Amino acid sequence: MSHAVIIKNAVKKYGDFTAVNGISLNIEQGEFFTLLGPSGCGKTTLLRMIAGFNTVDGGEICFDEQVINSLPAHKRDIGMVFQNYAIFPHLNVADNVAYGLKARKVPKTEIGPRVDEALKMVQIDQLKARQPNELSGGQQQRVALARAFVIEPGVLLMDEPLSNLDAKLRVQMRTTIKKLQRRLGITTVYVTHDQEEALAISDRIAVMNQGNIMQIGKPEEIYRKPANPFVANFIGVSNFIDCAVDGRDPSAATVKLHDGYSFQMPLRAPYSGDVILSARPEQLFFTEQGIPGKVNMSVFLGDFIQYEVELSTGQILELNEYTKDVDSAKNDGEEVHISFDPRRVSLYRKDTEEVLSC
Amino acid sequence: MLSGKNSQPFYKDFWFWVKLLIFAVFLLFLVYPFYTLIVNSFFSDKADGFTLYNFERFFTKKYYYQALGNSLKVSLVPTVTSILIGVPMAYLMTRFNIAAKTFWHVIIILSLMCPPFLGAYSWIILFGNAGVVTQWLTDLLGFQMPSIYGMGGICAVFTLKLFPYVYLYVSGAMGSIDRSVEECAENLGSGKLRRLFTVTIPVVMPSIAAGALMVFMTALADFGTPGILAGGDFRTLPTLIYNEYLSETGGNANLASAISMIIVVISLLILFLQKWWVGRKNYTMSALRPPEIIEYHGMKRFWVTLPVALVSLISFLPQVIVIFCSFVKTNYSNFVFSEGFTLEHYLELGRSLATNIRNSFVFSTTAIVFILILGILMSYVIVRRRGRTGGALDMLMMAPYVIPGSVLGLCYIVAFNNLGRTADGTVIKLTGTASIIIIAMIIRKLPYTVRSGSAFLMQMDPSVEEASINLGVSPMKTFIKVTARLMLPGVLSGAIISWVTCINELSTSIMLYTGKTATMTVASYTNIVRNSVGTAAALASILTVTSGVLLIVVFKASKGKVSIV
Repeated sequence: MSHAVIIKNAVKKYGDFTAVNGISLNIEQGEFFTLLGPSGCGKTTLLRMIAGFNTVDGGEICFDEQVINSLPAHKRDIGMVFQNYAIFPHLNVADNVAYGLKARKVPKTEIGPRVDEALKMVQIDQLKARQPNELSGGQQQRVALARAFVIEPGVLLMDEPLSNLDAKLRVQMRTTIKKLQRRLGITTVYVTHDQEEALAISDRIAVMNQGNIMQIGKPEEIYRKPANPFVANFIGVSNFIDCAVDGRDPSAATVKLHDGYSFQMPLRAPYSGDVILSARPEQLFFTEQGIPGKVNMSVFLGDFIQYEVELSTGQILELNEYTKDVDSAKNDGEEVHISFDPRRVSLYRKDTEEVLSC
Repeated sequence: MLSGKNSQPFYKDFWFWVKLLIFAVFLLFLVYPFYTLIVNSFFSDKADGFTLYNFERFFTKKYYYQALGNSLKVSLVPTVTSILIGVPMAYLMTRFNIAAKTFWHVIIILSLMCPPFLGAYSWIILFGNAGVVTQWLTDLLGFQMPSIYGMGGICAVFTLKLFPYVYLYVSGAMGSIDRSVEECAENLGSGKLRRLFTVTIPVVMPSIAAGALMVFMTALADFGTPGILAGGDFRTLPTLIYNEYLSETGGNANLASAISMIIVVISLLILFLQKWWVGRKNYTMSALRPPEIIEYHGMKRFWVTLPVALVSLISFLPQVIVIFCSFVKTNYSNFVFSEGFTLEHYLELGRSLATNIRNSFVFSTTAIVFILILGILMSYVIVRRRGRTGGALDMLMMAPYVIPGSVLGLCYIVAFNNLGRTADGTVIKLTGTASIIIIAMIIRKLPYTVRSGSAFLMQMDPSVEEASINLGVSPMKTFIKVTARLMLPGVLSGAIISWVTCINELSTSIMLYTGKTATMTVASYTNIVRNSVGTAAALASILTVTSGVLLIVVFKASKGKVSIV
């Protein structure tokens, strides 16, 4: 039976360096949960704390109601897929997959069929008798996957499992992993630094930075409503524009750009002062009336055209226009006006980086 | 079982005991005996209490301090000559298409693995006072050979025996210089010769230093060669230790202890000097493109092959001579080459020296089993569970480099000769037992296995072990089922080479043996000293052939990728 994973104020320190800074998470039973962040953000450290390979220096990690802080790694009943697969080089494919079952003293008559079934699920049943050095990276990845879920673990952990594969295989494997996880219903904690992968595969994502959680949410929430500039910039691309807001009336606050252009948007709460406006390249569009600027350069990328637009303040913005929406691309040096839908962009306080937009 | 906060005893239980065991072994059989030796060197029958009497005596009596000078000479001269032979050999072997390259390479390694005193002995057979070549030259040409005994002979034997260290280290380094570095030098206008001296040699300098260190240390510590080639009163520190110990009664061996201290201090100084010097110029290189091997044909190829062949054959000659002579009839202490061949020496071995042969095989094999187990555990502790004790373990691993075999033997004598008395008054002692010889082998050879084990572990991804633990196998079982299992092939080939060095070991066993525990090398040495040359040759042949066969097996199994040094 799969567990919920509850993390309460987990702390991990290496000397003076705090790798995990009091993180709390509620990962539901059967959920596909991803820890996403740049390298060094503490995501792998946290995953290894769950696995039992790193000690917990503070707080608690629980499977359902059970605190597992001091439970040895080999008693945690976790399946884990490692970044470099960690296939046992001295065992063939079937023996690799059977390894955990043997350790669990599963009857011999049962091991064979279960190994076969697991290999079939990852589509390498014909490679059963191969030695690891006769396998490609993608095949090794499938062995690692089968070996981790064949034991029907309470929790499945994956540490950047796709980072060593080529781009095409990566896309193919992430679909395989997601379908498999759905089918087996095992609570899965997945670590990656690749935001596209995280968006594609997860039920929920925790974006991490410097040992802290920056935002937890469904992929779409995180993309559409980033909770702070870090998330806005880490997930997808965002243009940041310094502005000032008069938000005494939060239902219709006035945001003013430095070049004098202003617009109205609703706020969560009243606030007046310096703010950062965050808009994605595809949220910006050319209009007759809007922020004036000039096209510096355009790059034709097939399905869309990428523009670099310079505002009168000297700030550079990135703007994407779908090829299907226009007849031809704008010329370099052309004077343009830019606009956006105020309900879709994000606004943050400049001092605390707290989100102000609804 | 599922509660408790903040504890981290994941692996501690098992590895804690392993560490404890390792430290216990080294404390008992290295630190304690060495400590006893130090203490012993500051006491004397001739003075009360703590005294510098032994050292004073050493540095004021010519008989003693001369030996220090001799030791330095027979270590330094071969170091220089080994570099002069080893570096060109390495250059030729790595840069030209030498004919039968692998054959020469294997021969050079084989000659390195056999005990040095056998080389000395072969040269006596050829060039000694009654040697074959000496007599032939005198009889036919009236030419008087310079004496092989004394310093000149010892230096010559050490050079031929030990230059392979320089050759092996340097050829390794020369093979891993990236081609572009030399091409660049050429591109900048350096001629071939200039390039060799301004780029190639400076870059391999650390390897030359490492090889030279091995030559110096081995020559300084060797007992057998100066023992056989002393020719009257040429003493070195190891022979002095042996003689002093034999002449001092009651096993106090104060003066011998003091001499041992001096030899260890010299070794330490040289080691630190080398480390300091190399530390300033450590170039690590990984050759993306190894240097080009120049393809010569016809006479040119012959001329580059000739020096390699000559040097290899001359250094291997002792082994050939010993085996040849083991089938030659003897007349008392001389070989009689004119009367054809015989098996009588081997039959003699079967009659009187079977125990020695058995001892050698039993001791070495027992030692290797322990070396394998301890070596695997220890390299794991050093690489994966360093903790606060890692540095201490690293230091213990240096011991065999700085403590010569005869000194370790003496340590054991002073420490374990008298462990108290039983109820009926007999002295309990470890010396004279088989155990002590085996323990000495373990302590001296273990570090080499630990080194190859650590090197393997550093390359092995820890996540393989984590995968096993994660799948529900306890850390201890994981170590046995995965880690040790994966380490075994690499460590095993290293261990077989250690087995070869164990069976060829002389300088410790000669200090510790009794009639019952004498090994083949000891019997061979004592037979040479007693002029029982036929049986000595037969024993030596068994050693040589066994070593050779095993080395070739290891070579084949590891496809030539064995590191001997």
